[in-house]
This record gives sequence, structure tokens and C-alpha cells, in this order.
Amino acid sequence: MERKLVVSSSPHLKSPDDIQSIMVDVLVALFPVALMAVFLFGYRALITMIIAMVVAMATEAIILRKGNFFGDGSAAVTGLLLAMTLPPAPPWWVVAIGSVVAIAIGKQIYGGLGNNIFNPALVGRAVLVVSWGGHIAGNVWLKPVPFGFTADMVTQASPLAAYNASLGDLFLGTVPGSLGETSALALIIGAIWLFYRGHIDWRIPGGFIGVVFILGLISGGFSMGLYHILAGGVLLGALFMATDMVTSPVTATGKIIFGVGCGVVTMVIRLFGSLPEGVTFGILLMNGLTPLIDNLTLPKKFGEVKKSNA
Amino acid sequence: MSERTFVGGIHPSYFKDSTAGMPIAPARSPSQVIIPLHQNIGAPCEAIVQVGDEVKVGQKIAEPKGFVSAPIHASVSGKVIKMEPYNHPLGNPVNAVFIENDGQDTPDEGMKPNKPLEELTPEEIIKISKEAGLVGLGGATFPTHVKLSPPSDITIDTVIINGAECEPFLTADHAIMLERADDIVYGLKAFMKALRATKGIIGIEDNKTDAVESMKRAIAEGGGGYDIEVHTLHTKYPQGAEKMLIKATTGREVPPGALPMAVSVVNQNTGTAVAMAEAIKLGKPLYERVVTITGPGIKEPANLIVRNGTLVKDLIEQCGGMTDDARKLILGGPMMGLAQPSDDVPAIKGTSGVLILTAEYVKDYPIAPCIKCGKCIEVCPMNLLPNFIGSSSEKENMDLAEKYGAMDCFECGCCTYTCPAKRPLVQWIRIAKGEITARRRK
Repeated sequence: MERKLVVSSSPHLKSPDDIQSIMVDVLVALFPVALMAVFLFGYRALITMIIAMVVAMATEAIILRKGNFFGDGSAAVTGLLLAMTLPPAPPWWVVAIGSVVAIAIGKQIYGGLGNNIFNPALVGRAVLVVSWGGHIAGNVWLKPVPFGFTADMVTQASPLAAYNASLGDLFLGTVPGSLGETSALALIIGAIWLFYRGHIDWRIPGGFIGVVFILGLISGGFSMGLYHILAGGVLLGALFMATDMVTSPVTATGKIIFGVGCGVVTMVIRLFGSLPEGVTFGILLMNGLTPLIDNLTLPKKFGEVKKSNA
Repeated sequence: MSERTFVGGIHPSYFKDSTAGMPIAPARSPSQVIIPLHQNIGAPCEAIVQVGDEVKVGQKIAEPKGFVSAPIHASVSGKVIKMEPYNHPLGNPVNAVFIENDGQDTPDEGMKPNKPLEELTPEEIIKISKEAGLVGLGGATFPTHVKLSPPSDITIDTVIINGAECEPFLTADHAIMLERADDIVYGLKAFMKALRATKGIIGIEDNKTDAVESMKRAIAEGGGGYDIEVHTLHTKYPQGAEKMLIKATTGREVPPGALPMAVSVVNQNTGTAVAMAEAIKLGKPLYERVVTITGPGIKEPANLIVRNGTLVKDLIEQCGGMTDDARKLILGGPMMGLAQPSDDVPAIKGTSGVLILTAEYVKDYPIAPCIKCGKCIEVCPMNLLPNFIGSSSEKENMDLAEKYGAMDCFECGCCTYTCPAKRPLVQWIRIAKGEITARRRK
């Protein structure tokens, strides 16, 4: 019997992980965060997340002219991450525009997944902050009501503007804020999944959070250091945004530099800038420096003699 | 200092259960062997027999044409019926000697025991290894006598026996360590004596605890007078790669572009050590070796002693044949082995495994853009940037590929294995290496 054998160049085994499985892992990691958002802010948060994801996926499907709506899953991740950075209940069209901008301008005009320079979700958010600031920041924060799925909620200032929340509330998330950023607990649970699956390592979040703590400590003591980590978007940004593979460095040293840079810019804006929050622009700025950081931190090859200063 | 492992590497499924612990059995003696005249890294050989000659088992049939080469011996007794180019595991047809097996296994008169190891000088050991046609049996087939003859300004203090066998599916070295432990120790002692090395190390991955025990026993019984230890290593691919093994057992890093002798080390495979022992004790040249015939596409996997020049299709046939969904035939392991277009190809000195994969393992993946996850960088044992080298090569920017370290890649394939975008990274790197080498020759 003549049998056809496949000839290809080694290796002949491939890891089971692919891009879609990584994106699904990110969605799984965001699940506790999303659940907490609905628990705290009710159905409004759920609607915001659904609009953001569906519009993001639809935008990508139209641009790529692909029938497969979910595709590699990256558009769903971008949409959900964008929603996480928004107030619980902005007008639906604001959310939709954010998603279109994130996918079309943040990602596809660069050539699609893998080629974008800036984190697409943050590009979407940045455009919304600049264009419809009144709906995105300012007096839009809902007071969280646990189990208050349909309760009417009143608006309240965010803890970064007011500096009045307790550290316990900040950890659990029972404070006003963007729908995915308030609960440190849920974010940490989600990030543990990504660590376990090997999709993020400690360097970027470590550098980012470490610097925020140190600068917070210098500005107002130990509890202010913790306050700056827990309040606002630092944990969401450090664990889920700055760790975006496409827009962060690939070298080990580069990741630390990147994380530290994000933390420094964030804190400079928080402490000296006119905006209460600096995470978005901290990460976007460092995204732009990523190729440079990679090229300046090429690792030493195995066996290469360490350059001594002596 | 022993570190037991290296930085990087991957943990694929090992698939060793189907042949692990299976005794080594002789393969059926084939009716004809086709022995290619190029079986090692370095220069090919020239036949010293004519069509029509009667040859005996172990008789030398080809002489090397250069220093970096090793002679080739008949693996059956019988008549030379043809000499012409034939299929070769490396791809292009190579001149081969066809011997019709008379089934008598008449041994060559030249096969007789040498003096015991205690009475042999280093020079005599090197000569025996050369005459016996020894080459590295791990797959790279570097002539052993060349490894045993370092330049005079180099001192070798350590000989490492590679029992890591980190390639999935393969169990030949494992079986050898269980059944031929005494000969491995004997061969190692011969290597140490030839190189005047003071230290012998046998490195074994910790998924083969029975082999560790077996080797420790053999050292206790037969290691007298030599400083030999077993190092248990983390089970991780590519633990058995030369540079990684040296790092894991001695803590030394071989510099880029250099050979192990640069850090005073010589590596040898377990099978090579056994062949060295047989060459001294019996005068037996290297005309057969242990081969693992395995994979989901073969009906009855086995560890067989295979005569040089046995056609792979004969081996497959005596292992029950291929399953209906068999799609790929690989000589060697799944990470670095060579896929074959046909089973009509002879097994040679460097054939450590015959692996048959089924449709389930042979898929075409669409290549996605690099998402810069950095996983290839994490797993690269040479600490290179496979993503950047690959992309540079894809864009035919070979200068950039070289800058990112293309020439230091030894093609273990961890990057391609791990890439979630299914990018053929090591394949692109191979292209870059070829281009850069060609350019340097100009």
C-alpha cells in the first residue's frame, strides 16, 4: 500500500496553547472582576460590559470581513477591558464609540492583532476621556450597593478625588469607581489565574505596583502607599492592562523598566497633574517606548561572558 | 557546582510509557542491508570492497576520507551485490553498499578482544575507537576519536555521559542504562583514561529513577579507581543538549560558538560508551545499535538492536506495521528528528528512534502574527530572542537575524513548540543560519 507521509521540519510536537486559548484565559481571569462589578453596581454594569464586548467583536468582524464573530477572542478581551475602565453606567453610545475606536483606531489600523503599538482598550478610553469627559469622569460614580441589582444608586465622588475611603472598602471594592477597578480582591483572584497559566509574570505588575507604593509612601506615609495601590485603576492597570503582551516589552529586564515607568508616570499625574487618575496615560506612554526598551535590554546569550566593570 | 538544570526549556508530554522498561530485543536479521557511506558529521567514506566480494560481520567496508570521519563496517555476512546511491535519512541520496545477507553471521577474524583497559594507553584507546568506527550515538554522530583527541593546549578534566534522553517517546538510552550499566561505566572509564580526565559524570533525568539506581550500582561494582558520580537532573527538554547538560552537571557555560572542550568537558552518549566497551572487550566495531521504534502510529512499539543499513520498513513491519491513521515517519525524536518521505530508507549509526505519528499529531496550523507574548524567549535555553530572529528571517533581513543571535541557535525547537501563534520560529531561524553561513563563505 502506498501511503502518503507528511514531511516537515522539526519540531513535530506543538504546545496545546494558542492565541484563542490565551484570550479565553484572560476572559476567565476577568470573570471574578465582572461578577463583582454586577454585585456592586447592578444590571447597569452588566449592560455596559455587554455593549462594549459586542460592539468590539462586531467592529473587528466587519473590518476583517470574517464570519467568525468571536474569532481569536482578542476583540472580546479588548471590549471587556474597555468596559472595566468606564463608570458603571455611561450612556450606551459612549460605550459603543469607545469600542469602535479601540478596535478600529487602537488596533486594526496598525495591521491588527500583534501590530498595534498602544493598548487598544486604553486608546478607546483615552479618546472617550478627552471627547466626552463629562460622561467618563467627574460626577458620574455610582455608590455601590451590594446585591442591589436594580436599586437606584446615587452619584458620589471617587476615592481618588476625595481620599476618604477606608482601606478595607478599597480592598473589597465597596467604593465608587470604574466598574472593574474597585475590587482589589476580585482583580487579584483573576490575576492569580493568569499567573498560574503562565500568561503574565511578576515583573510588570511588580515594578508598577512597587513604584506606586514607594511614591505613595513618600507622599503621605505607609497607609497612603497602600491607598494609592488600592484606589483607582492601579491594580486593573498593572495586572490586566500593562501586562498586555502585544504592547509591553518581551525581555525580562525590559518588563521591569516598563512596569516601573508606568508607576512613575501614574504617580506623577496623580500627585502633580490636573487629573485625579494617571494609569491610562502612564501605560499608553510606556506602550510607545516598548520597542525602544526591548532593543536596549537584549538579554545576554547563554555562555556569553559578563561584561565586567573592572 | 551542580545546578541540576538550566534556565528555559519546556515540559512537553513525554509519551515514554509504551516502550519504557521494555527489554532490548534483537531485530530480525534482514535479507539485505543497504549501508550508506556517509554516516557521521564530517567527511564521507570510500568503499574498500567491490561488487561480488564476500564480507563478514564486522568487516571494514569503507574507509574515511578525512580526519573528522569514521570507518564503516558490514553488519551482516554475505555478498556485496550492488553499490549505488540510495535514500538517506538526511535527504539526498548517498552512495551505499548493498549486502545480501547469507544468514550465517560469520564473524570477521579481526574481531578479537583487546588488552584489558588497565593495560591500554590513551593513544591505544583512541585508535580502537577510530578503528571501530565509533561516532556519537545521540544523533549528531560526531566521530568519537576526534572528541577523544583535543588540541594539545586543551586539558579535559571531566567526561559527561548523557543519559538525559530528553526527547519525548525515545527510550533507547533508558533501556541501555538498565541493561548495559556495567558497559557504560567501562566505556566511561575508557573515555576518561583516553582524555586523562579526573572526573566522570553520568547525567540522568529524574523521570528515570530505575536508571539512576542501575548506574549507581554499576559504579559501586565497576568504577574502582575512577571518580564517577551520577547526577539526577530535572526532567525538562532539552536537558540532554550538550551545553545544557554541562551547565546542569558542572555549572560551566560553554561560550557562544565554542565546543565543550572550551570548558574542559567532553560529552558522550550512553550508547557510545557501550560501543566503546564492546570495541575494547570484544573488538566489536559499531555495526548495530539500540533503536526505539515507537509512536501512536506503530502497532507494537519496541526497543530493538538494529543492524546498520536495515531498512526502516523492515523494522516497522516486525513491529506490527503502521496504523491506518499514521501520517508521519520521523527518524530520531519528535523535537529534533527528521521526517522522512518514505519508509524505504536505511537506519544508520545516528538513528536513535523510528517514530510514527498519527493524524492527531500532524496538523496544519495557520500562522498568526506574533503577539509578543515572549514565551519563546522564556523557553529558549540559549537565552536568544526567537521571535525577533524569526521575524527578521521572515522579512529576509539576515543582518538583523544575526544581531539577535541566529547563529547561536542549536535548533532544539522549544520556541516553535511553545509559540501560541504557531509561528515556525526555529524553521525561520534555520533559514537565517543557512543564509548567514553561505554569506560568510563568500
